[in-house]
Amino acid sequence: MLTSCMEFKVTHQILWRSSVPTGLRKKTRAHVIAPGKSPCSDSAATMRQNNSITQETQEGPRLRKYAWDTNEEYLFKAMVAFSMRKVPNRETTEISHVLLCNVTQRVSFWFVVTDPSKNHTLPAVEIQSAIRMNRNRINNAFFLNDQTLEFLRIPSTLAPPTDPPVPIWIIIFGVIFCVVIVATMLLILSGIQQHRRKNEGPSEMEDTEDKCENTITIENGIPCDPLDMKGGHINDAFMTEDERLTPL
Amino acid sequence: MEKARPLWATPLQFVFACISYAVGLGNVWRFPYLCQMYGGGSFLVPYIVMLIVEGMPLLYLELAVGQRMRQGSIGAWRTISPYLSGVGVASVVVSFFLSMYYNVINAWAFWYLFHSFQDPLPWSVCPVNGNRTGYDEECEKATSTQYFWYRKTLNISPSIQENGAVQWEPALCLILAWLLVYLCILRGTESTGKVVYFTASLPYCVLLIYLIRGLTLHGATNGLAYMFTPKMEQLANPKAWINAATQIFFSLGLGFGSLIAFASYNEPSNDCQKHAIIVSLLNSSTSIFASVVTFSIYGFKATFNYESCLNKVILLLTNSFDLEDGFLTASNLEQVKGYLASAYPSKYNEVFPQIKNCSLESELDTAVQGTGLAFIVYTEAIKNMEVSQLWSVLYFFMLLMLGIGSMLGNTAAILTPLTDSKAISSYLPKEAISGLVCFINCAIGMVFTTEAGNYWFDIFNDYAATLSLLLIVLVETVAVCYLYGLRRFESDLRAMTGRKLNWYWKAMWAGVSPLLIVSLFVFYLSDYIMTGTLRYQAWDASQGQLVTKDYPPYALAIIGLLVASSTMCIPLVALGTFITRRLKRGDTAPGA
Repeated sequence: MLTSCMEFKVTHQILWRSSVPTGLRKKTRAHVIAPGKSPCSDSAATMRQNNSITQETQEGPRLRKYAWDTNEEYLFKAMVAFSMRKVPNRETTEISHVLLCNVTQRVSFWFVVTDPSKNHTLPAVEIQSAIRMNRNRINNAFFLNDQTLEFLRIPSTLAPPTDPPVPIWIIIFGVIFCVVIVATMLLILSGIQQHRRKNEGPSEMEDTEDKCENTITIENGIPCDPLDMKGGHINDAFMTEDERLTPL
Repeated sequence: MEKARPLWATPLQFVFACISYAVGLGNVWRFPYLCQMYGGGSFLVPYIVMLIVEGMPLLYLELAVGQRMRQGSIGAWRTISPYLSGVGVASVVVSFFLSMYYNVINAWAFWYLFHSFQDPLPWSVCPVNGNRTGYDEECEKATSTQYFWYRKTLNISPSIQENGAVQWEPALCLILAWLLVYLCILRGTESTGKVVYFTASLPYCVLLIYLIRGLTLHGATNGLAYMFTPKMEQLANPKAWINAATQIFFSLGLGFGSLIAFASYNEPSNDCQKHAIIVSLLNSSTSIFASVVTFSIYGFKATFNYESCLNKVILLLTNSFDLEDGFLTASNLEQVKGYLASAYPSKYNEVFPQIKNCSLESELDTAVQGTGLAFIVYTEAIKNMEVSQLWSVLYFFMLLMLGIGSMLGNTAAILTPLTDSKAISSYLPKEAISGLVCFINCAIGMVFTTEAGNYWFDIFNDYAATLSLLLIVLVETVAVCYLYGLRRFESDLRAMTGRKLNWYWKAMWAGVSPLLIVSLFVFYLSDYIMTGTLRYQAWDASQGQLVTKDYPPYALAIIGLLVASSTMCIPLVALGTFITRRLKRGDTAPGA
């Protein structure tokens, strides 16, 4: 037993060294794994980070590289352990129970979670359901979202549509509808009032109008229509005569 | 004395009314399409030629007739010759058809406007499907903007035969649109004159804002460069000239009787020649202005889609080959693809079918016109802008102003002859006649809110006005020049405005314009006859795209009825007048 642990430790260390960019040599507590088997062949879960966060800028969508280092790896392991701890009726999972393997340049890797008491890795299904429950927390820890932080074989659940009780468009429609109806009513009513006023008092107006119009047509022979529009009392001929007189 | 004819308060109101009527949705959604199809910058050449040869003269003619006769279209043509009141009746019928379907566009603009106050915009995301495992299937196959238009707004049926029920949401918006139009025309020129200040000027404000926004968008210059690069060989294409002539013709709104109606409320001494030139020039320059805005928006949308496509390919390759992030960029994509194909051939072949060929040209090439441009392409571009709610509200508000402005002209064309006729106006006050017309139009317009409504809308849009208008304007021009007499008309105009008529107008009226209209008419007739059966685009929900189908026989019959009902007015009314006169002469003594 001891010899196999040691083996894993060594190989594990080698793995880490090759992919970690800067120095920090990780001390992993190797836990008992099924002898002869590398932890990643179990393929408990694969996680891939699409490091391409498309950031909309004035110049257009640009890929911003997500800085990934050992601290981020630690955070990731902590989040996975947290998700496993939230599963009820389970022994407490420690960070050291989460193992990452096959880390590539792409920041995509496999990880397994080992069972603390028994000497085996947990089945993928359990881990997947645990992560699914806490997907939002994991995303937020990294300031990423479902598209940029991808867990293969864990489909993302889409947010339920938020339907307000009354659709917003009906509210705005109602407001504008009422305004238009009120304005129409006002115009119609004022029009009816004007009609009534005209019907009540035309008798006085008509006589004076007739007299004025008669005098104008008699005196000038200029057609009534344009004069009428200008109020019926301005006589072009008189105006030009005034202008001919030199001002004092 | 007779009650004085209502007048525009100032000549400015008349000019604004004409601009508001002429500058409509066609300037925004038809001209950019034509520009793109027929050679970009070089399309301006036939466009300006047609403006000078056809647009300005015919516009001046209509305004002069209206101002001289001081009556709506029916009365004006009856004054010119009693046998020609059929022309006026045909104008009213065509205007009636137009106002029936045109206000549906305003209803759709209202719908989109009301939905613009949400975050995120409803057409920017696909709704999730029933069991929340993915997005709605139809939305996945099409785009979210197409889905919102075809499914949420229209709830379109797969073909014109399946009528479906009246959709209550667009129906409510249609009722609101008609109420708004009624409010604006309620008091005649008194109310219309004030409303046109807004409907004429606000679209320009919004277009200016959009111009500034559009030109500063990423990728706008791609669109502008692509569209405006002149393709001189298109000048030799007769279709370019025909489409330029048609666009000028319909864009100015000739033949509907609206211009005659507006001009009839002028003072007789109004200088309508100057106004005709101003209105036609403004209309054309607005078209060009709007197409600059549209092309910059196109460019933005095309560049955005192209870059998204590239990013998807980059992501796909990065994930499949576990490359380092940032290694693949747009510039080295082709090189790396070649390298990967040679280094990992088997894996590359697996991934190859999923790699799309991204091309900026093909994105720019998608030419759209009509409601597709306004409600699908523009909304797609708007959803990618920052503060998209604001841009969306501004845009649909502008569409609404343009639409209402044109509706004012359409309803004026119907109402002026009705209020002029003593038989009707002695029974009902003006408000009641307007209300009745609006109510009837609204009731019939409910057809366009059914599930197959958009297909009927296309029928009306394509066939209700096209041939009839050409015939109406042809008869108008020939009537004024040859029946009434060009000399007589010239002396009338001189008495009215005090200006001598330039030889240019006379030459155009008497010779060039009628010939042009005849050739357009012949072309359209031959086009209809040669294409044989008429077809339409139907939305296929299972595929998420448009498919072409044939019209059923009863739809063809209705198309024929639409065209016939307006064109047949001219000979039928002439015949009727002839018969009535013969009967009258038979009754009274001859020579009296």
